[in-house]
Amino acid sequence: MMLSKGLKRKREEEEEEEEEEPEKEALAVDTWWLDPRLPAVAQAPPAVPSNSLLDLSVLKLHHSLRQSEPDLRHLVLLVNTLRRIQASMEPEATLPSVPSPPEAPGVAADSLLASSDAALSASMASLLEDLSHIEGLSQAPQPLVDEGPPGRPSGGAPPGLGALDLLGPATGCLLDDELEGLFEDIDTSMYDSELWAPASEGLKPGPEDGPGKEEGLELDEAQLDYLLDVLVGTQALERPPGPGR
Amino acid sequence: MEEDIDTRKINNSFLRDHSYATEADINLSVEFNHTGELLATGDKGGRVVIFQRSRRSKNQSHEPEFDYLKSLEIEEKINKIRWLPQQNAAYFLLSTNGTWSVIRGQKGYNLKDEEGRLRDPATITTLRVPVLRPMDLMVEATPRRVFANAHTYHINSISVTATMKPTYIVDIKPANMEELTEVITAAEFHPHHCNTFVYSSSKGTIRLCDMRASALCDRHTKFFEEPEDPSNRSFFSEIISSISDVKFSHSGRYIMTRDYLTVKVWDLNMENRPIETYQVHDYLRSKLCSLYENDCIFDKFECVWNGSDSVIMTGSYNNFFRMFDRNTKRDVTLEASRENSKPRAILKPRKVCVGGKRRKDEISVDSLDFSKKILHTAWHPSENIIAVAATNNLYIFQDKVN
Repeated sequence: MMLSKGLKRKREEEEEEEEEEPEKEALAVDTWWLDPRLPAVAQAPPAVPSNSLLDLSVLKLHHSLRQSEPDLRHLVLLVNTLRRIQASMEPEATLPSVPSPPEAPGVAADSLLASSDAALSASMASLLEDLSHIEGLSQAPQPLVDEGPPGRPSGGAPPGLGALDLLGPATGCLLDDELEGLFEDIDTSMYDSELWAPASEGLKPGPEDGPGKEEGLELDEAQLDYLLDVLVGTQALERPPGPGR
Repeated sequence: MEEDIDTRKINNSFLRDHSYATEADINLSVEFNHTGELLATGDKGGRVVIFQRSRRSKNQSHEPEFDYLKSLEIEEKINKIRWLPQQNAAYFLLSTNGTWSVIRGQKGYNLKDEEGRLRDPATITTLRVPVLRPMDLMVEATPRRVFANAHTYHINSISVTATMKPTYIVDIKPANMEELTEVITAAEFHPHHCNTFVYSSSKGTIRLCDMRASALCDRHTKFFEEPEDPSNRSFFSEIISSISDVKFSHSGRYIMTRDYLTVKVWDLNMENRPIETYQVHDYLRSKLCSLYENDCIFDKFECVWNGSDSVIMTGSYNNFFRMFDRNTKRDVTLEASRENSKPRAILKPRKVCVGGKRRKDEISVDSLDFSKKILHTAWHPSENIIAVAATNNLYIFQDKVN
């Protein structure tokens, strides 16, 4: 896999770097991100980051924003890390004027590097602002809703699935009343407890069971499937519950 | 009997029972239902496969097996699966990108042909499973049961009734998106108190909420956070403190959180620090920058409790997964890999060499394969059976029964 190969190559480079420094147990750390102008030994985290780390982070941020399904957690962590890097670079007054190294990722990153701290903050703020224009994020609080699979009722409140008790015991507080009602019209008799018994032969439609035992279940099963299809708004009328066999 | 299994040493006791392989490079999430009867897996391709426990006698042996039951296809990438603890139905929830859907996992066999008519199972001779191939599963002398992959549901969110209102909303979105500095990363309801739930954040904090306190706000009842260790500060401190999973213990007295390098157990009555901290792969602490570069530092590992809350398990890289015995404080590293474990073979504990001389069976940190990550694991609610998802393979291990 490319990932592991890449990582290994990087480690080889680090090992070459480390060999140049005094052999110390404490130096079994990444060093390429440290400022090469200062001795590595003296730099314990947090140290002054090199341009490489900033470049890398900006590149990641841009890449993350371009995803069709932006990962908000990834973005927030990146931005917070960038802010931390920026904060530690502030005393370096000459840093913003350093010409972009050849590995600079692009015009946007160049402009970020060349600009002042305030502009950097503003740029990151505007990047985050872009997120609010992404569908679904700028609307009213809706922690568990996405925007538009067909079949859902238009407008109206989010389904409130966050209120579902996922792990409640059979004490009556199992489901929100409305959700409970949703399943009332579904005959779940086929799931009665005796059918769950592992020893029950009814579970296995072997030849010895014969079709007779299954007949009643088949009808219910077909009806259940039909009802569920209607319920979820798919193929509602394509497969009417037939007689089974 | 139950007691004996739980206090048994956790190393050397798991043997590989089954493995299932897929053709595509997907990421499986796995979950047992609350009885342990069913195992659901969901992948990024939108396929859900349900396995059912069977207790057929096989050559006089009564070892449990899991049979492929059915699969569903939806048009979304699946992130998480959670079963609903219904007594009389088998419903489970799917989390796709931003949506939770309710799906009925059908018990029994779903054998319909293209016209929708039921088929006599005795006439089915071929197994049509486009993606999933059971491997080394049905090694038996009795006639096989093979099942056709018959049903495809396109599942939408369940929001059919307009009367369904959100009864509780947690929102930490600021007024201005540019002020967004923290997101919710995981959440779970209390196993016994249905009004209580916890959620974790990208800043390593956990909040316990009681819905009875208020309906439409983000006020929390308890706030759990461990002070940052100043000696471990780096640019990546926040990223590695971001909590990727939070799980209540079965007892409901503890919560377990997973961040990038550790698993922590918290007592609900103590908010200022965890009561236990377990190092999953601390040797990565010095490699954080490389892991940031290849994005591995953003990997979201899950964690699970065993049925008695005495052992916790989580995944790592190189197809390793770790178990920690909370009572004996012993831990073990195991590997989910076809090359290294034949069926029925007992898993050999693995060890990562962090420095100095590498012993023969050890693997050095630099040789770890970071593309082989175990993010999802599941532990049977009452037995020592675990399901481990290693990228495109699902492994089921069970405790060796004497």
